[in-house]
Amino acid sequence: MDIDEKEYLAPGHRACAGCGATIGVRLALKALGENTVAVSATGCLEVVTTPYPETAWEIPWIHVAFENASAVASGVEEALKAQGKEDTNILVIGGDGGTTDIGMQSLSGAMERGQNIIYLCYDNEAYMNTGIQRSSSTPYGASTTTSPAGKNSFGETRHKKNMAMIMASHGIPYVATASISHPTDLMNKVKKAAETKGPAYIHLLQPCATGWGFKTSDTVKLGRLAVQSHLWVLYEIDHGEFKVTVKPAKKIPVTDYLNMQKRFKHLDDQHKANIQAYVDSQSKELGLTD
Amino acid sequence: MVSIGAAIKNPGSTKNNKTGSWRTFKPVSDKEKCIKCNFCYMYCPEGCINKEYDPDYDYCKGCGICAEECPVNAIKMVREE
Repeated sequence: MDIDEKEYLAPGHRACAGCGATIGVRLALKALGENTVAVSATGCLEVVTTPYPETAWEIPWIHVAFENASAVASGVEEALKAQGKEDTNILVIGGDGGTTDIGMQSLSGAMERGQNIIYLCYDNEAYMNTGIQRSSSTPYGASTTTSPAGKNSFGETRHKKNMAMIMASHGIPYVATASISHPTDLMNKVKKAAETKGPAYIHLLQPCATGWGFKTSDTVKLGRLAVQSHLWVLYEIDHGEFKVTVKPAKKIPVTDYLNMQKRFKHLDDQHKANIQAYVDSQSKELGLTD
Repeated sequence: MVSIGAAIKNPGSTKNNKTGSWRTFKPVSDKEKCIKCNFCYMYCPEGCINKEYDPDYDYCKGCGICAEECPVNAIKMVREE
């Protein structure tokens, strides 16, 4: 695959060693190229890339609150349109908290209005920047600081919000899921999102060594295990047409993924079987297995 | 130093900050074994491995993803002196 050799996210940023978010954003920016404006909601990525008065961004970038990244991006789009710069990519980046919880209403509004923007959600399944609090994207069983595992509480009791399908329900032209472990697939989807006229949404699963509790060297491996176990299915919905883009050759048990992480350490066999059953029904629903 | 709207006018200025000082293990590659698959370049969270597959030790935090993902084990993590 031809890859843009220019870096749009400079080193020296303060992300934890082995950060998955910076891997994903770096690749997404390579797919989009120089003619891009980025808007970031509050979150890990914003904090680590812009310790004032420094910035890691090599393209125009603006930080806004959790709630209004998509609203500001809509304004950026209209302003550029008024200047006749309709070919500029507008990339909105939010974490799972900024997307599935706090930024949901402005995101839904931008999608419904048909703004020509690309929304990238980097999902590390909790509020990692403020200290691992659960979000509506935290999966069943995960221990976080606000859903701790212990004598009196079990960990997260709810399943993860299905954000990509909620976005698809807006009837927007392009929706996709992605994983940092599959860079070609991710970059193809970002390119497709950029070529799409109208709103596009990409939900990127991004393992987090600090929040999930695993070795910093295993970030990419965890992403791959999530895909191979069908826990995270890579698909796209292009103008209403659903397609699984990566079909793992062999489905591995979900315990291969769970057992590597501290946040699932307290789970017993029954809990793990519940997760396996959930994954099985999801992979059946999406047509990966019969 | 303070600017209106907290605007920063120096793109990529985090390069002033040498995160290499965070490292306890450093990646050392064996060029004889390298098959130029690009994995280390693609997966580096710092974007500090160049197309000759040399890490920039000024910024490498020593996460070890490059060594873990290398399909031919050409990269070893070695403890810093």
